Amino acid sequence: MSDLPFDPPRKSHAKVAGKMLCLAFAMFGFGYLMVPLYDIICDITGLNGKTGRVSVAEANATQTELVAEDREIIVEFVASINQGGSWIFKPMEKTMTVTPGKMYQASYYAENLSSSPVVAQATPSVSPFAAAKYFNKTECFCFTRQAFEPNGSKDMPLTFIIDPDLPINVDRVTLSYTFFRSPDQS
Amino acid sequence: MTSNVSRWALLSLMLLLVPFGASAEWGALNMPQGVTEISNEVYTLHMRIFYICCAIGAAVFGVMIYSMFAHRKSKGVKPATFHESTTVEIVWTVVPLVILIAMAIPAARVLIKMEDFSDSEMSIKVTAYQWRWQYEYMDSGVSFYSQLEPSHNEARQMGSDVDLEATFSPSRKRGDSEGGVYLKEVDNELVIPVGKKIRFLHTAADVIHSWWVPDLAVKKDAIPGFINENWALIEEPGVYHGKCAELCGRGHGFMPIVVRAVPQEEFDIWVAEKQLAMASVSEQADRQWAHQELVSVGEKVYQANCMSCHQAEGQGIPGMFPAIGGSDVATGSIDKHIDTVMNGIDGSMMSQFSEVLSDADLAAVITFQRNAFGNNTGDTLQPSHIKSLRNGVDIRAPESVALLPDTNTTTGVN
Amino acid sequence: MSSNDVTHHAADDHNHDHGDDHGHHGPAPGLMRWVTTTNHKDIGTLYLWFSLVMFFIGGAMALVIRAELFQPGIQIVDPMFFNSMTTMHAIVMIFGVVMPAFVGLANWMIPMMIGAPDMALPRLNNWSFWIMPFAFTIMLSTLFMDSGGPAGGWTLYPPLVLQMGDSFAFVIFAIHFLGISSVMGSINIVATIFNMRAPGMTFMKMPMFVWTWLITAYLLIATIPVFAGAVTMLLTDRYFGTSFFSAAGGGDPVMFQHIFWFFGHPEVYILILPAFGIVSSIIPTFARKELFGYDSMVYATASIAFLSFIVWAHHMFTTGMPLAGELFFMFSTMLISVPTGVKVFNWVATMWRGAMTFETPMLFAIGFVIMFTVGGLSGLMLAITPADIQYHDTYFVVAHFHYVLVPGAIYSLMAATYYWLPKWTGNMYDEKLGKMHFWISTIFVNVLFFPMHFVGLAGMPRRIPDYSLQFADWNMIATIGAFGFGFSQLMFVYIIVKCVRGGEKATAEVWEGARGLEWTVASPAPYHTFETAPTIEPSTVTR
Repeated sequence: MSDLPFDPPRKSHAKVAGKMLCLAFAMFGFGYLMVPLYDIICDITGLNGKTGRVSVAEANATQTELVAEDREIIVEFVASINQGGSWIFKPMEKTMTVTPGKMYQASYYAENLSSSPVVAQATPSVSPFAAAKYFNKTECFCFTRQAFEPNGSKDMPLTFIIDPDLPINVDRVTLSYTFFRSPDQS
Repeated sequence: MTSNVSRWALLSLMLLLVPFGASAEWGALNMPQGVTEISNEVYTLHMRIFYICCAIGAAVFGVMIYSMFAHRKSKGVKPATFHESTTVEIVWTVVPLVILIAMAIPAARVLIKMEDFSDSEMSIKVTAYQWRWQYEYMDSGVSFYSQLEPSHNEARQMGSDVDLEATFSPSRKRGDSEGGVYLKEVDNELVIPVGKKIRFLHTAADVIHSWWVPDLAVKKDAIPGFINENWALIEEPGVYHGKCAELCGRGHGFMPIVVRAVPQEEFDIWVAEKQLAMASVSEQADRQWAHQELVSVGEKVYQANCMSCHQAEGQGIPGMFPAIGGSDVATGSIDKHIDTVMNGIDGSMMSQFSEVLSDADLAAVITFQRNAFGNNTGDTLQPSHIKSLRNGVDIRAPESVALLPDTNTTTGVN
Repeated sequence: MSSNDVTHHAADDHNHDHGDDHGHHGPAPGLMRWVTTTNHKDIGTLYLWFSLVMFFIGGAMALVIRAELFQPGIQIVDPMFFNSMTTMHAIVMIFGVVMPAFVGLANWMIPMMIGAPDMALPRLNNWSFWIMPFAFTIMLSTLFMDSGGPAGGWTLYPPLVLQMGDSFAFVIFAIHFLGISSVMGSINIVATIFNMRAPGMTFMKMPMFVWTWLITAYLLIATIPVFAGAVTMLLTDRYFGTSFFSAAGGGDPVMFQHIFWFFGHPEVYILILPAFGIVSSIIPTFARKELFGYDSMVYATASIAFLSFIVWAHHMFTTGMPLAGELFFMFSTMLISVPTGVKVFNWVATMWRGAMTFETPMLFAIGFVIMFTVGGLSGLMLAITPADIQYHDTYFVVAHFHYVLVPGAIYSLMAATYYWLPKWTGNMYDEKLGKMHFWISTIFVNVLFFPMHFVGLAGMPRRIPDYSLQFADWNMIATIGAFGFGFSQLMFVYIIVKCVRGGEKATAEVWEGARGLEWTVASPAPYHTFETAPTIEPSTVTR
């Protein structure tokens, strides 16, 4: 074939094919890159309701900076148990009326109903999504995995502060935790 | 000869479409207008875009069909030679754009309205399970599960000889275009007051589901680990039916939704009744039950919750759902049995029932399973035992030893 | 396949002065010819037969679905098997029928359209085909495994898909191999189009089919690996303890949907762009008039491909999204209808003041334009987010994408088959039977899919094995349509086989108004074509 006058040299096929193969591998990598990218987009937009975490110092700064005294927000606490766990899991108080810019404390109660030790992970989610990035926690039982003795129970606290920049049309925020049996039981 | 074929075919295509149009009323063919302000606006958008599409279709097909008749070779026409025109290209790029913008503006307006959750007066948490819904009223604490009504569940089993038309179609005789209630009724309806903006908080405990009530124009996915929200404000009392809209496994087609909107006073009475009923459920757990009573209650619980997988005779489906008759779980250690039913089996389709069923129902169904389908353990499991388990009393504590199968002679059979 | 042998023996008679390593003396005899072949026409034939077989397998699955839905109540299959059928039907039809059939056409036609002797990478070509039957054997064998086939929908959404038994690993493995096959095939097509064009065959002289395939190949190379990544994440989530999609470990099941649809939306254009190319070749032939607005067709195809990357989340409006996201995806989705509209208008303008005849390929092409437009218009309705919240996951969506894919993509494939069959076999197909096939298919396909719009709007969710009584009439009609459509495809096979075996001899040009290089070679096309490059002057008609 190579003796045909119009047939381009073989090398150039390899070149095009090589470039295309690189594109294919790059896109495979891009698939994985979408994972951290997605987290960043979630952080920016509040998509999927992941909440913010701030240090105590930052929270204190907000607190002294701006307190929207005239604004009241109702915070609802919700608890869910994912399949495959034998638990009692509930918020100690169902709702709270809070002022943005002030620090509040709430707690959840959890109890292991099985006769073996279990490690659990609580995952937070805030609704509406628009509120998620303004809902900041300085301390939360969801930051770490929780180990339970057989039939053990505990009160689990969280400290939160709602950013005064919370969009004006949000008057009610739901904080939900889902209790999962942690995939890592060690 | 070939043109005869085409003419014959075209004619029969037209004839076929005639009875289509005539056979059912328009209401049964179109999106419901619904009962909320939002659902009406969605309906208006839907009809508007539908008419626009019809108009575009009529114009394009009109030109095409005219051309197909006028510009055929058999008529002796000579083909033209034009093959481009920048002006025409620009026109048919810009005109659709203008139509789109005209459509996008009202759509965006409705969307913004849908996403406005402020000033809600009541929150209901809706948790989806395979294959039922749990409703929790955040303020009154009323909480219950809602699943396909048992008689429907029985009728929908393979090989059931229930006449669906006769059994579930009474409303059809009344000329109701809804056409029967098969697969639409649930054991516990979601009752809400009219005239109040209600927030629904959606989550799921296993896989993704989607809560959809067409009359309210709400559809939102229930995603395990995350919370989603939605709202509705119903003006008119009535009963509105819905379905799970996201494929969630074997029972996906069988988790209907019923929303009953009632006046506020009626709602308050309903809440009080529900609260009383919840209290009595907990009382039921404390009394001693007779063996036969547990078995007969257990049979009903079995039919509503277990039968669709483990089958009517407890024979299961080989390779998919294990049999209960003669199974190790249902004839071996009762602790294992209780654990299986209450907590499910991780990574399988066996879901946990500890949250779904009351103490009495759990005890009843386990007792039933251990004494049916050829299982003869003679065991009786008291609801109080389940209650003690829930309260964290160790399952192997001495006082519950009497419940183990090898000592079943001492169980509390009345 | 016997007449193909005839075809190629004829080709042997040609004298070849320049021999080289891969046999310029016609195909090897016997079955090994098909296993070892590197000839683009042989491989094209293999792809086309393979997809025809898969079409009947996927169609049989569709008939199981429709048979179960004939009446309310569950009569025939367990709901779990029903879910397997909906899942497998989609996987087979997308990855086993439409995609391989387009690749088969690309193999056969692209070298002949651009004046090349073969594909750029003939051995790679052989591998890309032969991976497929193995991958599909694995995929279909899961149906016979204890834990059953995949039943979580072809979209493989976690966590549901993770509930599947151990056949899950087989499914993922098969998907990986199908992906490798597609990517290799696409690389080959890109290399062929870039490097193998005859001198003078500039990009803007390429037939639309070549253009649409070039763009499709890019889409495939860019998206299939993303899909491969997503299913690999599912695999590691299931077996290796990662938690990409499990909230318990900090993941998010919705993220899978984003990654999936980032692949999935371009994928739907992969299934339709080559169809646009086919129709853009057929309509000018039978209108005896040059394609209207060639340049704008090229630009429209490219912009559809570009836009397809930024609309994916319109499949996910009900998952909960910030308002800004909903608005963005609504607008971008609506925007796609502009270039798509341009294409339809161009086809109509091509027909306008032509001198049309209505042979079977033209009938299928016109059927395509009309019914694809119906599907396109319902797509525009689906783009309106507030209304989509009502339409989503109902039979309205099922009606929409089946209109786009069956009287859309599948009709274009049938049109292509009738159009090029005389070129492939050297014989004319039976025109009368072909027309009957078109009309019977068209009647039944509408009886099958049109009622789905109604039941969807009235509230029937998709992927359910049983339904409420008010949907009964329309489902019964749809099922009748399904069986009618399914069985009338046996006619298609009969017509093809009859044509392969013999018939009226076709001329080189075949169609009076045919343009393009493929019509300058003899019918049947010799085993080797354009071993000497054709001379393409600026005035030569190549499209």
